[in-house]
Amino acid sequence: MKFEKIESKIAVLPVDNIDTDQIIPARYLKSISKDGLGEGLFRDWRLNSDGTPKADFVLNKPEAKGAEILVTGDNFGCGSSREHAPWALVQSGIRAVISTSFADIFKGNALKNQLLPVVVPADAHAELLKSPWAVVKIDLSAQTVTLPSGRLVEFPIDSFAKQCLLEGVDELGYMLQQDAAIAAFEAKRVGSVDTLR
Amino acid sequence: MKPRTIVEKIWDSHVVAEKPGAPALLYIDLHLTHEVTSPQAFSTLRERGLKVRRPDLTIGTMDHSTPTTSRDLPMLDPIGKAQLDQMTQNCKDFGIRLYDLKTTKQGIVHVIGPEQGLTQPGMTIVCGDSHTATHGAFGALAFGIGTSQVGHVFATQCLLQTPSKSYAIRVEGALKPGVSAKDIILAVIARIGIGGGTGTVFEYLGSTIRSLSMEERMTICNMSIEGGARAGLVAPDDTTYQYISGREFAPKGADWDAALARWKQLPTDQGAQYAKELTLDAGALEPMVTFGTNPGMGIPISGAIPDPASVSDPIEKSDLIKALKYMDLEPGKLLQGHKIDVVFVGSCTNSRISDLRAAASVMKGRKVNPKVRMLVVPGSMQVKKQAEAEGLDKIFRDAGADFREAGCSMCLAMNGDQLEPGEYSVSTSNRNFEGRQGKGGRTFLASPLTAAASAVTGMVTDVRTLL
Ligand code: SF4
Repeated sequence: MKFEKIESKIAVLPVDNIDTDQIIPARYLKSISKDGLGEGLFRDWRLNSDGTPKADFVLNKPEAKGAEILVTGDNFGCGSSREHAPWALVQSGIRAVISTSFADIFKGNALKNQLLPVVVPADAHAELLKSPWAVVKIDLSAQTVTLPSGRLVEFPIDSFAKQCLLEGVDELGYMLQQDAAIAAFEAKRVGSVDTLR
Repeated sequence: MKPRTIVEKIWDSHVVAEKPGAPALLYIDLHLTHEVTSPQAFSTLRERGLKVRRPDLTIGTMDHSTPTTSRDLPMLDPIGKAQLDQMTQNCKDFGIRLYDLKTTKQGIVHVIGPEQGLTQPGMTIVCGDSHTATHGAFGALAFGIGTSQVGHVFATQCLLQTPSKSYAIRVEGALKPGVSAKDIILAVIARIGIGGGTGTVFEYLGSTIRSLSMEERMTICNMSIEGGARAGLVAPDDTTYQYISGREFAPKGADWDAALARWKQLPTDQGAQYAKELTLDAGALEPMVTFGTNPGMGIPISGAIPDPASVSDPIEKSDLIKALKYMDLEPGKLLQGHKIDVVFVGSCTNSRISDLRAAASVMKGRKVNPKVRMLVVPGSMQVKKQAEAEGLDKIFRDAGADFREAGCSMCLAMNGDQLEPGEYSVSTSNRNFEGRQGKGGRTFLASPLTAAASAVTGMVTDVRTLL
């Protein structure tokens, strides 16, 4: 799958340090497949204990329909390594998250699932926080976000991850191609470093 | 040669290939897996007709969805059971050694690796689990990965990685009585915040760290991720070598001598550069306890709950208000003396024998407060056996606590051990996120000593009043 440009209204969730237990609680991790995880997305922020939706939660608002971009506070995705977090976001139609920073493991997991973590400077972030439901454009190839005011800001992304997203590179396939180098590396270490054999 | 940090040395010796414009291919020495983050990776192998490249370097464990009630009872949760059954099948199909519920060596993945001598200095170690940094206590570069990467390691024994910068965390001086390794790491995280270490690897240094046992070092490295770091480690020394020596998977004879010679080259060279540094005075520390909904929201036990009115950043302020609302706490008040419902001693942070000994030392001859439910969950069946040999199980049971089989248990509440909505716990685990220990549950993170003291009084307690 190749990553295309995104043009979408933004859903704004102005909370710092949103951890993966909030994105998808542990009780949804018993699945042995990737199916149906969208149901667990922000489960305890989204629904009351009787299963009815909390009207004031951003993704429950009528405007949220069709929003593909989530804007959040600092350090999004901290906590556990569960890839169920990006799986749940993607299954719920989110294609990019914009923040001032992301936790390392979440960022890596997101990039492997066509979910774009976009880091913007504080002033651009402040503008986005003030503009819920405004339309924002993200151009991965140019590495730019077009803010609601029309201003363009650049965002950083690892060049390899960018290439993988744009060209739909299969990372595992790329690694498997390096089999000879791996075998040579292993051969050097037999009987010395390889203590677990 | 340019002076290098231990992280750079381990990195350099594990790079298989480096191509311009792409991350390095990094070799992985030990891959630990568990039932929750591996099934979809095994599915990828099946879909693509791939094998596990090095089943001999791969270990399977059961811990997260695992019941901590008697192993003789049938498992009540059909979905959890299906996950464990799938793990058994996957390990069988791909030839992986599995520590299942029937073995005497089962336990939390980060407890059994060191216990079996699998964790060794200089290794690269990964697991689909963010607390993999625990193994860094041995001078290994150990970090958590997602399920896609679990699949990569299965198929290639490698990961695509970019190097991380080192962050020196120096702890100097002697700890006061009642203050422990857990308090050090909670203090570090309270200081730098939960995103403070993002993009870095912590190297813990200084006289305090050197004086700690391996189990205490594991407690500290374990929570590196709570400071945002990818990994955390302590350079190996005689304490490390003594711990490893003689364990099942430790090198033996001439292999041991060769390994030791290699390990002694690992510590950071004089003059190596750190991207960031922090120094902490261990002598000034008090027991720490968290009041909020992330591990960075910690205060000394004598301290007051922070007031949002004194915070200027708007999001930080609203986060603090949100946390205090969730925790139902009043700013400016002491946390000490706040009533609690549950005490949990366990998790990969604090479930080793020394943790159980610490908790038992407070419980001995005392009773769990009648309003409190106390759960003691050993990190492994070996820890449990040792605790029983020392009579710790009896101390806990006589006090009125529940002493369980090994597993993650109430650390993440996947297995039925959980808080009820609104309940407060003092927990020796590592995360106090909303609902982490059960939907609506509220967690105060603390050391085993503080947890045991709080179990006795029924409220958040300064253990020094009971010593
Ligand atoms: S004890 Fe808790 S933190 Fe440790 S591996 Fe288990 S669930 Fe994760």
